[in-house]
Amino acid sequence: MSARFAPGVAVRVARERPAISLGRQHIRTPHYVRGLTGTVAEVMGPFRNPEGLAVGEDGLPMQVLYRVRFPLGAVWDRYEGDPGDTVDIELYEHWLEPAHAA
Amino acid sequence: MPHDGPHHHHDHAPDDPSFASRSAIGARALRELLEEAGVLAPGEVARQVERMDTITPALGAQVVARAWVDPAFKARLLADGSAAVREFGVEMGATPLHVVENTDTIHNMIVCTLCSCYPKPLLGIPPDWYKSFEYRSRAVREPRVVLAEFGVRLSDSMAVRVHDSTADLRYLVLPRRPAGTDGWDEARLAEIVSRDCMIGTALPNA
Repeated sequence: MSARFAPGVAVRVARERPAISLGRQHIRTPHYVRGLTGTVAEVMGPFRNPEGLAVGEDGLPMQVLYRVRFPLGAVWDRYEGDPGDTVDIELYEHWLEPAHAA
Repeated sequence: MPHDGPHHHHDHAPDDPSFASRSAIGARALRELLEEAGVLAPGEVARQVERMDTITPALGAQVVARAWVDPAFKARLLADGSAAVREFGVEMGATPLHVVENTDTIHNMIVCTLCSCYPKPLLGIPPDWYKSFEYRSRAVREPRVVLAEFGVRLSDSMAVRVHDSTADLRYLVLPRRPAGTDGWDEARLAEIVSRDCMIGTALPNA
């Protein structure tokens, strides 16, 4: 399966649950980056979706997993570290959308 | 198993004394039921725990030392961590190893804010602080303050790159080889690579 986003592309994390995640009890997208824009650092390939695996399902369809980089100064108000400090987070494709989308 | 499981997402602080005993009772009940159902063989859990207890950070330190002396191995380790550590007999299973390299401008630091994901086949059982709510929340909120508490002070020219291990990857920090170690062999180099160096909360010293 091909990846929708390439390294270097700006992506926005969904603020609300994507349709296929509705009703799921086990979500891997941390709240602290929902709705924020980051940059694809690496594309890690397809993995079974843990939202289904956690409840005994097969985790299909697979989701491409990305390592997405966020400046910590954009994640937190009044971040007191260096402007170059970042956090890389593993996020599945169904939680990501192009950054230009509303 | 692609993740450490939902049992980490509980409502009780790890230092709640009632939690340990209730967990122990629940774990034993579950194990007995699984043995009755034939899912687990008797003693299988104990053997797995014993096997896990034999893995120590010294294994990871050997990998780091090899990367310091062997540029071809280092390239393999950074390109495909799981394949490279297989040369040391380490099988990562369903959770690939992702190695991040410290440079003169980037310091890497690992956390799992959701639970406590950790490269157990390579480093063994994680330290308690790694699983604490305090480390998991503060490592992404104020990593430089946390690093300073561990005794790591970075110059302003160094950027901190935190990695939140939220999903299928497990992380190893490849520290920089310290000055003053020219001519050291792998065994001697491995001795200065502590567990925390490979989490990113310490730096190796010659």
